[in-house]
Amino acid sequence: MVSKELLIGHPLSSREHAKHALLYMWKIRKFEEAVEDLFGRGMMHGTMHLSVGQEASPTGVCMTLELTDQITSTHRGHGHCIAKGADLTRMIAELLGKEIGYCGGRGGSMHIADVETGNLGANGIVAGGIPIATGAALASKLMKKGTVVVSFFGDGALNEGAFHEAANMAAIWKLPVIFVCENNKYGMSNSTEKAFALENLADRGLGYGIPGVTVDGNDVVAVYEAAERAVKMARDGGGPTLLECVTYRWKGHSRSDKNLYRTKEEIDEWKSKEPIAKFMSLILEKNLLTQEEMDSVQQQATDEIVSAVNESVKAKSAEPAGLEAAVFRAVL
Amino acid sequence: MSDRMLTMAEAVREAMTIAMEERPEVFLMGEDVGIYGGAFGVSAGMFEKFGAERIIDTPISELGYIGAAVGAALAGMRPIAEIQFSDFTAQAMDQIANQAAKIHFMLGGALHVPMVIRAPQGSGTGAAAQHSQIVENWFTNVPGLKVVVPSNPADAKGLLLSSIDDPNPVVFLEHKLLYKTPGWEPVPEGASRIPLGVSRVVHTGKDLTIVATGIMVKKSLEVAEILSAEGIGVTVIDPRTLSPLDMTTTFDSVESTGRLMVVQEGPSHGGFINEVIAQVAGSRAFGSLKAPIKKVAGLNIPIPYAPQLEKAAVPQVEDIHAAAIEIVRSWR
Repeated sequence: MVSKELLIGHPLSSREHAKHALLYMWKIRKFEEAVEDLFGRGMMHGTMHLSVGQEASPTGVCMTLELTDQITSTHRGHGHCIAKGADLTRMIAELLGKEIGYCGGRGGSMHIADVETGNLGANGIVAGGIPIATGAALASKLMKKGTVVVSFFGDGALNEGAFHEAANMAAIWKLPVIFVCENNKYGMSNSTEKAFALENLADRGLGYGIPGVTVDGNDVVAVYEAAERAVKMARDGGGPTLLECVTYRWKGHSRSDKNLYRTKEEIDEWKSKEPIAKFMSLILEKNLLTQEEMDSVQQQATDEIVSAVNESVKAKSAEPAGLEAAVFRAVL
Repeated sequence: MSDRMLTMAEAVREAMTIAMEERPEVFLMGEDVGIYGGAFGVSAGMFEKFGAERIIDTPISELGYIGAAVGAALAGMRPIAEIQFSDFTAQAMDQIANQAAKIHFMLGGALHVPMVIRAPQGSGTGAAAQHSQIVENWFTNVPGLKVVVPSNPADAKGLLLSSIDDPNPVVFLEHKLLYKTPGWEPVPEGASRIPLGVSRVVHTGKDLTIVATGIMVKKSLEVAEILSAEGIGVTVIDPRTLSPLDMTTTFDSVESTGRLMVVQEGPSHGGFINEVIAQVAGSRAFGSLKAPIKKVAGLNIPIPYAPQLEKAAVPQVEDIHAAAIEIVRSWR
């Protein structure tokens, strides 16, 4: 089920790397658009948290990670899942409540995990995955696995106690974990200006003796370069980094959002800084791919999503039988 | 047959030691579990035997380190996390109830969480309301958690070994008043397990069935012996694991005695023992009842400090004795 195209390395280091980074950003974009469409057509129930506009940080970070490295993710986690190599059909199928979905229809959008690609799970609790990532990093250290763990979370999670307790433990034990804060400017409706007395949220790391790095989270190259340093430090036993990727959520928090807390001008301004166009201009500047080649990458992403949707729609719905037996793992 | 009379603390320590010798992935973490030996001395000497990598002192961060235990369990280890007083599980409740308990089910069964949370509960030490609660019912209402409440050292050892083997999260609640006193029977040598989900008949008699949890089993046993001299036969049943709960033994016993009394230390309202009453009321044993079911439980108050007040808050041997005589003599 693992995507064959997973590739590690600098997004501008070769034509393949540039194609990979572009493809994954497009896959995330097209996936989220498909989700919104399925919702609009009443084919999906529950809620959704879209990451349109935030494609660079999962893509850049995951291009530093081996398949055996692990991640934890959030309610806004489709991008992390895709960038780590999850199967698109099983993802869409989960959102549609199908048996072949990652959680057999029991988890939905906020709870996709994928053991084969090292995804320990998205999380419906803000900051819930941060102590878990720290514990997985503790296991890596105790078992001398040499793997690192990335915990993705939003700006809101930095104000949860779970972040503070986990960051401190990761620091004192020098654990191979990277805390990636995707600062998309709002915790639901609450802006970072209202929720923090800090300019750079990465400064929160200082209180724990953790280096804090702030990068343009819409620049996949900047994200990659900062993550690559953090991953190397973690793998070498140097402990954690708090990496803040400054980005912007184009869509509402969830489907109930009426965007009352921000202006259209602000949203438009951020759309002009969008990560895919930014990366495409870098690719052209470096003469890595032609416009036609980039167009065909975009088409490939669209085709993959369309085929995932078509396959999922046809799949068998999850059945209530066996739910009670699924609560516990069987004792062998 | 061994004739070793151990305390609960010694029995729990022995089980943890055996498990750590058997499996390299087992480790203990918690506040002051290292050189200090744990607040109640349960892990005394284990730091010297296993070292700092397997007996891990944590900062005072219950949410953080319970979360780290969840993450370590997901990543292949088998942590035992000690919470100094079970009251402090409230600090860690997100990781226990929203994460550990739900991951296997919610994430589709690909991941599981083999971990044990050990914590002392109960009153009798003059530590007042925030260090004296019975918390078993906090966890029995969370699907996905197994809840074990041993009443004596021999059971504690065998049940803890099974809990550590179990691939699911287990909340293992020890009564702090039992830590330093020997049980009523020897503790076997070696690594024999007691399966979870099997209740035990600790005393047999024909007139009354008592179902009790934790330290109330010991008190009920005392009452059974007193009543035996007074010509009243009492069967005492210890469920041992509250989730999953074995009721068959209780149904059988109630069918034979025709009278049921339930005893718990925790507050009466919403307590675990009410589940026993409900299940008997809806079972084949209902028709055999000759008397209304009697409940003896803690008052619906926080545990007070002064010794005479603390004693009045929870059932004592005299209370159980009086209630037993009443139900047997009033309903013939």
